[in-house]
Amino acid sequence: MLHQFANPTRFLRLAAAVQPWMAGATAVLLGLGLYFALFASPGDYQQGETVRIMYVHVPSAWMALFCYTSLAAAAASSLIWRHPLADVAAKATAPVGACFTFLALATGSLWGKPMWGTWWVWDARLTSVLILFFLYLGYMALNNAFDDPGRGSRASAILALVGFVNVPIIKFSVDWWNTLHQPASVVKMDGPAIHPSMLTPLLLMALGFTTYYIWVLLLRIRGEVTANKVRNLRLRQVHERPPEGSEATG
Amino acid sequence: MIMNSMQDFLHMGGYGNFIWPAYILVTVVLGGLLITSRRFVRAAQAELDSLDRPHRQSAPEAGDEA
Repeated sequence: MLHQFANPTRFLRLAAAVQPWMAGATAVLLGLGLYFALFASPGDYQQGETVRIMYVHVPSAWMALFCYTSLAAAAASSLIWRHPLADVAAKATAPVGACFTFLALATGSLWGKPMWGTWWVWDARLTSVLILFFLYLGYMALNNAFDDPGRGSRASAILALVGFVNVPIIKFSVDWWNTLHQPASVVKMDGPAIHPSMLTPLLLMALGFTTYYIWVLLLRIRGEVTANKVRNLRLRQVHERPPEGSEATG
Repeated sequence: MIMNSMQDFLHMGGYGNFIWPAYILVTVVLGGLLITSRRFVRAAQAELDSLDRPHRQSAPEAGDEA
């Protein structure tokens, strides 16, 4: 069954059908999420209104990790099975993940200033997320660094796989090392330690960010597949063209 | 009255200077990524169309109808 969706033509048809649903779901979920985040949820007893930054900060950070996990999985299947669609999916995920990581860092900084008294600290959580951002940038740079796209995608896929070691480090950094950053309060063994009035906007925004990711991912996969077709056509045209003039033989 | 509550809303208990930039940044970055992604698809499609048309016209002459 997975093999059927791995056919690029069939996948593109499926993507075109799913895309408008993802766009609609993103609009509804983010609309509702923003309403709850900005109007219908209370301030925090300790952090006051700044807790509202959580509704964009935490989903961004979750998506940063989720996108990197998808990137590493796509890179692994591209290396192992050499499937062109896996390679395209990895390439399409990287800029979305980089944007979410940037947003997690920037909104975290805006939350840190009023609550911790500083924009930035070089502790394990913040530093490991900054490294994640550089891993995304490195992946994209390496992917485009070669004239032969095949070599670029293989080299960058290896970087993506090696960099995956950073994902569990980010997740557990707040437990392993001393930090200003608060530990997990939603994804915990003994259930979420957060009131439903705050959990609702958080989950709505997280779901909205997920459908946004799928929407943009499908768009970019379509773009990458089309760009690959353009490259192949160009190559064929070059090969089909008869040699012009005598200098072509020299 | 409405003006007051609107001002309170924008003030965000004194933290408006941190909360609003966070929301504006998210909107700008995610909106920007969506727009550039759509432009990327459209540009690639336009390029493919411009390459594809002369190629298809010349295909019968090249004799590769099989």
